[in-house]
Amino acid sequence: MTAELLIPNQTSEDDVVIHHRTWKDYFTFSTDHKVIGIQYFVTGFIFYIIGGLLAEGIRTELATPDADLVDPSTYNSMFTMHGTIMIFLWIVPAGTGAFANYLLPLMIGARDMAFPKLNAVAFWIIPPTGLLLILSFFLGPAQAGWTSYPPLSLLTGKVGEGIWIVTLLLLGTSSILGGINFFTTILKMRIPSMSMMQMPLFCWAMLATSMLMLIATPVLAGALILLSFDLIAGTAFFNPVGGGEPVVYQHMFWFYSHPAVYIMVLPFFGVISEVIPVHCRKPIFGYAAIAYSSMVISFLGLIVWAHHMFTSGTPPWLRMFFMITTMVIAVPTGIKIFGWLATMWGGKINLNTPMLFAMGFISTFVIGGITGVMLAAVPFDIHVHDTYFVVAHLHYVLFGGSVFGIYTGIYHWFPKVTGRHIDETWGKIHFVLTYVGFNVTFLPMHVLGLQGMPRRIAMYAPEFQGLNQVCTYGSYVLAISTVPFLVNAIYCAYKGKPAGSNPWNALTLDWQTTSPPEIENFEVLPVLKTGPYDYGDSEEEEKELTAV
Amino acid sequence: MQGSVSDQTQINIESASESHDSHGHHEHPDFRIFGLIVFLVAEGMIFLGLFIAYLAFRSMAPEWPPAGTPKLELMLPGINTVILLGSSLVIHQADTAIKKNDVKGLQLWFGLTALMGIIFLGGQLYEYSHLEFGLRTNLFASTFYVLTGFHGLHVTVGVLLILSVLWRSMKGEHYGTNNHFGVEAAEIYWHFVDVIWVILFILLYLL
Amino acid sequence: MNIPSSITTLLLGIGLTLVSLWYGQNHGLMPVAASEGATHIDSLFNAMMTISTGLFIIVQGVIVYCAIKFRRKPGELGDGAAIEGNVPLEILWTAIPAAIVLWISIYSFEIYNEMGGFDPSADGMHAMHGMPAGKGSAMAATMDMGDVPKGSPRISALGVGASPANQGKAAAVNVNVLGLQYAWIFTYPEINITSGELHVPVGKEVQLNMNAQDVIHAVWIPQLRLKQDVIPGTETQLRFTTNKVGTYPLRCAELCGGYHGSMVTQMIVHTPEEYDTWIASQQQSAQAQAEIVKQTIAMNPANLSPAKYLAPYANEMGVKPEMVEHLHHQGMEMGGSIASVIK
Ligand code: HEM
Ligand SMILES: [Cu+2]
Ligand SMILES: [Cu+2]
Repeated sequence: MTAELLIPNQTSEDDVVIHHRTWKDYFTFSTDHKVIGIQYFVTGFIFYIIGGLLAEGIRTELATPDADLVDPSTYNSMFTMHGTIMIFLWIVPAGTGAFANYLLPLMIGARDMAFPKLNAVAFWIIPPTGLLLILSFFLGPAQAGWTSYPPLSLLTGKVGEGIWIVTLLLLGTSSILGGINFFTTILKMRIPSMSMMQMPLFCWAMLATSMLMLIATPVLAGALILLSFDLIAGTAFFNPVGGGEPVVYQHMFWFYSHPAVYIMVLPFFGVISEVIPVHCRKPIFGYAAIAYSSMVISFLGLIVWAHHMFTSGTPPWLRMFFMITTMVIAVPTGIKIFGWLATMWGGKINLNTPMLFAMGFISTFVIGGITGVMLAAVPFDIHVHDTYFVVAHLHYVLFGGSVFGIYTGIYHWFPKVTGRHIDETWGKIHFVLTYVGFNVTFLPMHVLGLQGMPRRIAMYAPEFQGLNQVCTYGSYVLAISTVPFLVNAIYCAYKGKPAGSNPWNALTLDWQTTSPPEIENFEVLPVLKTGPYDYGDSEEEEKELTAV
Repeated sequence: MQGSVSDQTQINIESASESHDSHGHHEHPDFRIFGLIVFLVAEGMIFLGLFIAYLAFRSMAPEWPPAGTPKLELMLPGINTVILLGSSLVIHQADTAIKKNDVKGLQLWFGLTALMGIIFLGGQLYEYSHLEFGLRTNLFASTFYVLTGFHGLHVTVGVLLILSVLWRSMKGEHYGTNNHFGVEAAEIYWHFVDVIWVILFILLYLL
Repeated sequence: MNIPSSITTLLLGIGLTLVSLWYGQNHGLMPVAASEGATHIDSLFNAMMTISTGLFIIVQGVIVYCAIKFRRKPGELGDGAAIEGNVPLEILWTAIPAAIVLWISIYSFEIYNEMGGFDPSADGMHAMHGMPAGKGSAMAATMDMGDVPKGSPRISALGVGASPANQGKAAAVNVNVLGLQYAWIFTYPEINITSGELHVPVGKEVQLNMNAQDVIHAVWIPQLRLKQDVIPGTETQLRFTTNKVGTYPLRCAELCGGYHGSMVTQMIVHTPEEYDTWIASQQQSAQAQAEIVKQTIAMNPANLSPAKYLAPYANEMGVKPEMVEHLHHQGMEMGGSIASVIK
C-alpha cells in the first residue's frame, strides 16, 4: 500500500462525472438517498444559521448584566427556539438525516435505502415543520426552554407552546420513520459478502442510533400528547392544580431526551471512526471494541435519564441508581476515545482539514465527557445543575462533539459528494477560527456555573460580567468562522479541483464508485475482498519501502 | 508501490455476478413486513410510555381511583374485549385463505373483522356516553379517556386498513398466494391493536 | 540524549501526577464554602478535578504529540504499521476507567450520605402521599405551612435531610419557604416572622420546608453547594448547618418565567447574638405589619392595582416595585397568598 495520495483516475475537468442531478431535483420528492441526504444537510444548515443568529442574540444580551437588549420573556423564547432548532432541526437532521442517508447505502453496497419513499416522506416533514416553528416566533412563542417543563409551559406563551408540541410530534415522526429505514437497511441490505463484523464502523454507530430513535422517540410523543391535553383540553396530567404530577413529565421527557443526546452524537462517533484510519493510514485500533461499545452505549443510554433530575422530586435510591448507570457509560465512551488515539499513534497522519476537525472533535468531546462524569456525581450535580456549568458541558458535547463531527464528515466526504476538492487553506482557517472561537465561548462558562450563575437568565449579578463578555466575544468569532466555510464549500462545489473517485485511497465501499456516485451507486455491485480498514504496511512492505 | 493501491481498489469493485444487469432499475427483496414490525415496536413504545405514566400517577396518588370516581361498569367492556379477541382469530382465517389464493374467503373474513372492529368502536362510544365522569373530572378520568381514546384511534386506523384491503381485493387480481403484503400487514397491525387492548383492559378495568 | 524510553515515561508519569494533584487542589474554581457539607462536596470535586486534569493532559498530549511526531512529511510514502488492536491494552483501558468511575461513585455515595441525602425522613417515597392539604391546592398547602406544630417531626419530603449525626432530631431552626413568580417568602413558624430574606444563625441546624405556589422554582445557595427544586404540590426540603458568618446569594435555579433571572435574594448567616437581635426587630415590626394587613384587607384588595396593594410588602420581600408592577396578572393570587402567609 502506498501513502502518496495519488489520484488514480478521473483527474481532469472532463473526468468529473456529469452531475446526474440538476438543482431542480433537490426541490422534488426524490427517493434517491443521495438527494435526500443533501436535502437534509442543506435544510439543516439553514436552520443552523437561524439557531446561530439566535445564539448571537442571546450572547449579545448577556454582554451586560441587565436585560437591556430584549425583553426577558423574549429572551426566554430566544433560547427556547435556539435549543429546539439546534437539536431537532440541525443536529438530528444533519447526523441521522444527511450523513446516514447519504452514506449507509454506499457503505454497504446497496443501491438505495430499504424504503425510499418513506425516506422522502421523513425528509419532507422537516422543512414545513421548521417553518411552522419559526412562524410561532411571531405568534407568541414558547418560553419554557427546549425542555418545556410544566406547569411553566402551560402558563406562558401558550400559542407558541401548542405549535412547539405539534412541531416536536412531527419531527419525532420523521425521526421514527428515518429510524425504521436505517435499521432495516443496515440489517437487510448489505451485499452478501459483507458480514456484520465487516461493516464500516459508521454502520454500527447508525445501527445503535436507529435503535434509540425507535425506542426512545415514541415516549416523547407520549409525553407531548399528555402535555397537549393539559394545554388545550384543560386536563391535569402534569398540572399540580388539579392533582397532576409535573415530575412524571420530566421522567418521560428525559427518557427520550437523554437517548437523544446519543442520537445526536453516536453518528459522529461513526464518522470519526471512518475518518481517522483513512488519514492516519492505519487500521482502526480495536474494531470489535468500538463496534460493540456503540451498542453498549445505546443500551445504557436508555437507563440513565434521571441524571437530569437529581435536584428534582427524585428519591435518594433513584439518585444513586442513575448516578451509577451514568458513570458506567463513561467506560464504553472511553474505549472509543482510546481506540481513536491508538489508531493515530504510529500512523502517517495527513494533517488535512478533515483530520484536524477529527482531532478537534476528540479534544473537545473529551472535555464534555469529563464534565459529564462530574455531573453524574450526585453531590456535585446538586451544586451545578441548571447552571452555566451545564451549558458549558452540553455545548462541549453538542458543539465540540456533534458540530465538529459534522465538519469532519463534510470535509472528508466533500470530494465524494461533489467530485471536487474543497480548498485546504480556507478549510484550515475555518478550523482554527472554530476551535478557538468555540473554546473562548464555552470554556469560561464552566467557571461561571461553579461560581453561581444559573442558566436561562437574562439578567445576572454584575460580578459575572467579565467572563460573560469573554464568552460573547468568543461567540462572535464562532459566527464569523462560518463564513469561510460557506464560501469555500459553495465555491468549491462548482469550481474546486477535480478529485477523482477515491482521492484519499480509502477502502470502504463508498469510495469504490464514481464521485459523485451515479444514480444507483454502483455500476456493478461490489464484492468485498478487504476489510474496511485494512491499511498499513506489513513488515516486508516496510523493508521494501525503506529500500526504495 | 503506487500500483498496489489501484489493485486493491479494483479487487474491491470486482463484479458480483456476471449475469447481473447493471443498468436499469434494481429491485431488492421486499422488507415491508420487517419494516412494519419495526414500526409497531416504536408504536408500542408510545403505549408503553403512557402505561408507565398511568402506573406512576397511580402509585403517587394517595387513593386510586381518586375518591368519588364512579365505579367502572365491567359488562360492556368485557363483551368488547371478547369481540376484539375473537376478531384476531377471524382475521387470521383471511390470511390462511389468501395463502390458498381464495380471494372470496379473504373478503368474507376481512369483512367480518371490520364489522367486529366497528362494533367494538360503537361499544366504546356507547360506554363513553354513559360514563358519569368527563375528561377533566380527575386524573384517573383523564388517563382513562386518553388511553382508551388513543387506542380507539388505532382501532379506527385498523378498520380503515382492513376496508382498504377489502376494496382493493374487489379489483381483480390484486391479492394472491404470492402477493398479499396488504393482507398480512393489516393482520399484523390488527393483532397489535388487540394486544394493546388486553394490557389496557387489565390496567384500567381490572387492577 | 540517550535516555531509555522507560525512564522518560516514568518521569512524564510522575510529572503528570504532580501537576494533576496540584491543580486538583488549587483550581480556585469554587466560591466560599459556608458549611461543612460544602467542604465535603469540594473535596469530591477536587478529587474529580485531579483525575480529570490527568486525563485531560493525557488525551490532549497524545493528540498534540501525534500531530507532531506522526505527521506525514512532504513526499513521504507508506502507511502506518498494520496494527489492528492489542487485547491486553484494550482490557487495561476498559478496566482503569471502570475502576475510576466505580471509585467516584462510592466516594459520591459516602459524601451524599454525609450531607444527609439518605435521611429516611427525606425519602420521597413517603412524602408523596404525605401532603397535608393534598394536591390541587397549592394555596391550601401554603396556608397550612404556617401552623405546623412546634418541634413535632415534619412530614417527610424530598431533598436533602439531616446528616447521619442529626437524624431523628428536629432542626434547631425551621423555615417554611414559598417560591412564587418571582420572589421568595420565608416564614419562621416557631417565632412568627415572615421575611423576604433568609436569616439563619451560624452553627445551628436549619431546615427549609419548601413549596411553590405557581410553577417549579429551585432554591440554590452556591456557598452551601445546595440546590433543590421547589415544586408546586410536592413538598421538598433542605437541611444544613452553616459555619461561616456572611451574606450569600440565594437564587432561583429553575426556569420560572420572564423574570427568573431576578428571582434572587440573600441568605444572611448571623452570629447567635445578631440573630436574636434580628428576631426581636422583626417581631416589633410584625406588630406594625399586622396593622397594615388589617387595613389592606379592610380596603378590599380587589379594588386596588396589584402594585399598590403589594407596595407595603414589596420592600421586605426583596421585590423591586417595578417587578410588582410587572406581576400584573399574577397580582391577585400573589396578594392572596401573602395575606394568608402573613395572617
Ligand atoms: C454559535 C454557537 C452557539 C452559542 C454562542 C450558543 C450559546 C448558548 C447559550 C448562551 C445558551 C444558554 C441560554 C441560557 O441558558 O440562557 C445556549 C443554550 C443551548 N444551546 Fe447553544 N449556542 C451555540 C450553539 C449550539 C449548538 C450547535 C447546539 C447544538 C445542539 C446548541 C444547543 C443548545 C441547547 C440544547 C441549549 C439549551 C437551551 C435551553 O436551555 O432550553 N447550541 N446556547
Ligand atoms: Cu442525559
Ligand atoms: Cu423561580
